[in-house]
Amino acid sequence: MNRAAAGLLQVRALTVSYPGTQRALQVVDALDLDLEAQECLGVVGESGSGKTQMLLALLGLCGPRAQLTGSVRYRGEELLGASQSRLAALRGRKIAIVFQEPMSALNPYLTIATQLTEGVRHHLRLGRRAARARAAELLATVQIDAPAQRLKQYPHELSGGMLQRVSIAMALMCAPEILLLDEPTTALDVTVQAQVLELLHTVRERTGVATLFVTHDLGVLAAIAGRVAVMYAGRMIEQAPIADLYAAPRHPYTAGLLRSLPRLDLPIPVRLAAIPGQPPNLTELSGGCAFAPRCPLAHERCAQMPQSRLLTDKHQLACHYDGPAAHITGVWQ
Amino acid sequence: MLAMTILGLIVLAAVLVPWLSPYDYATPAWTRIFRSPSFSNGQLFGTDSLGRDLLVRVMWGCRISLLVGIVASLISVAIGVVWGATAGYLGGRTDGLLMRTVDVLYSVPFIPFVIVLEVLFGRNFLLIFVAIGAVSWLDIARIVRGQTLAIRAQEYITAARSLGVRTPAMLRRHVVPNLLGLVVVYATLTIPGVIVFEALLSFLGLGVQAPLASLGSLVAEGTNEMQANPHLLIFPAAFLATIILCLNRLGDALRDALDPRHESPHE
Repeated sequence: MNRAAAGLLQVRALTVSYPGTQRALQVVDALDLDLEAQECLGVVGESGSGKTQMLLALLGLCGPRAQLTGSVRYRGEELLGASQSRLAALRGRKIAIVFQEPMSALNPYLTIATQLTEGVRHHLRLGRRAARARAAELLATVQIDAPAQRLKQYPHELSGGMLQRVSIAMALMCAPEILLLDEPTTALDVTVQAQVLELLHTVRERTGVATLFVTHDLGVLAAIAGRVAVMYAGRMIEQAPIADLYAAPRHPYTAGLLRSLPRLDLPIPVRLAAIPGQPPNLTELSGGCAFAPRCPLAHERCAQMPQSRLLTDKHQLACHYDGPAAHITGVWQ
Repeated sequence: MLAMTILGLIVLAAVLVPWLSPYDYATPAWTRIFRSPSFSNGQLFGTDSLGRDLLVRVMWGCRISLLVGIVASLISVAIGVVWGATAGYLGGRTDGLLMRTVDVLYSVPFIPFVIVLEVLFGRNFLLIFVAIGAVSWLDIARIVRGQTLAIRAQEYITAARSLGVRTPAMLRRHVVPNLLGLVVVYATLTIPGVIVFEALLSFLGLGVQAPLASLGSLVAEGTNEMQANPHLLIFPAAFLATIILCLNRLGDALRDALDPRHESPHE
């Protein structure tokens, strides 16, 4: 993978684990990831697949008990083990994040203006007035009307959709190079979701900010991501350009995820297809492929952890099975 | 609003009455001891066992008690908030060190501690502030630490950290403002507590020294005379109770006013 050398953000063998009573809980396991300038990489996975922990690890925001190994490089600079002051200088300035729940991601006791301007005043040393002007400008960018009034309000006076726009504006205040999105549309209802997605699309076109978009909704990614990585039980199992992945998934889990999407172009099924079984309990992993217990193609070899391999230049897969997976969804009837 | 008005009137009276009255709080008047309240000579609250005007003495008592209550509470709130928020936010070893210090201070018996202080530094009005302040911040530190632990787990704290906000600013802007409601309510509970504390010290002869009086020492004096001259107990006790009641109401109102989610108070 020599293209990685040019990457803006390069993650190698990232492992996040929490010490447990019996054994350590690996919530992110040997994860490789590359984000290049201006691109949008989508990361999908079920609840508990380690998506959010992975994002927090990039910024060094996991709790004090988390143990991180591997490597996270931003423009070649190692971030794992970097000093708190160095991380604080990068957070919000170069790498910013938008969280899932806008209601809880904003401090209820501070006005929108205070929270929006906190970052720029600190990082860019803007004065109060300049910072406010920048905040008003960004609120306009995220299509909030009457920005001057909104700035004086408190979070509880705004709707969820508006708050998520404010969060996005907040992340963009310092014009970061990398935008991390942690399920930014999940807590919103569908119409607002569509608006926020469109907004993100516009923002990306205008600013060219590299984006890591974490979600559990494959449909959401279709509109915005160039490449998609699929996570399962803390591991990256498949990674490919979005068109390839949607048209010809190779991992049975990816195929199952795609199949569980409601489709407008096919006859409406009585029930949506679901992947049988439950996401694995991370304390009970066997050491083999974590998906094997739910996989229709499970085989003896699946007791070994499949190594990640490159199928084509851009398609990466961690599965013993070698062949198209789209058709095997028929097994799940 | 009513509580604030009454408290304001008491403060105003405490400031003005001793200044305007022809009587003072200290000079005995042997010709008019134990007089009942009367309008005719302007001694509305009557006189005490040494013939001193009770109205002036009660007003002086309000001055002393409020001063001790407010200053000592402010000191203890300031120390307690900084101490507790730092311990709760930083956690780990710092937390352990700070909170074990609190535990040790808790274990010091209060009355002997004050006696030792007075032996070392002599009887001094300032000593009351120090003694009360040294003890009452411990509760606040513990409560604030607990609340900080809860606040630290909130997502907006992670969000603020993800924006690169550093620890001192995190405490100042994100943690402490969220503690304010709790702290204000607790502080208004501390003020009456401190006033009662001071009364206890005065009762034991460790606090305010005669002829100066606090509401606490006036109540103590009045208790001795309550069968023959109930007015000596009733007036200081009524003022003490009113002040404490008003402070409690004020605490509620302040908490509502400080919470932006709460609609503007309508009373």
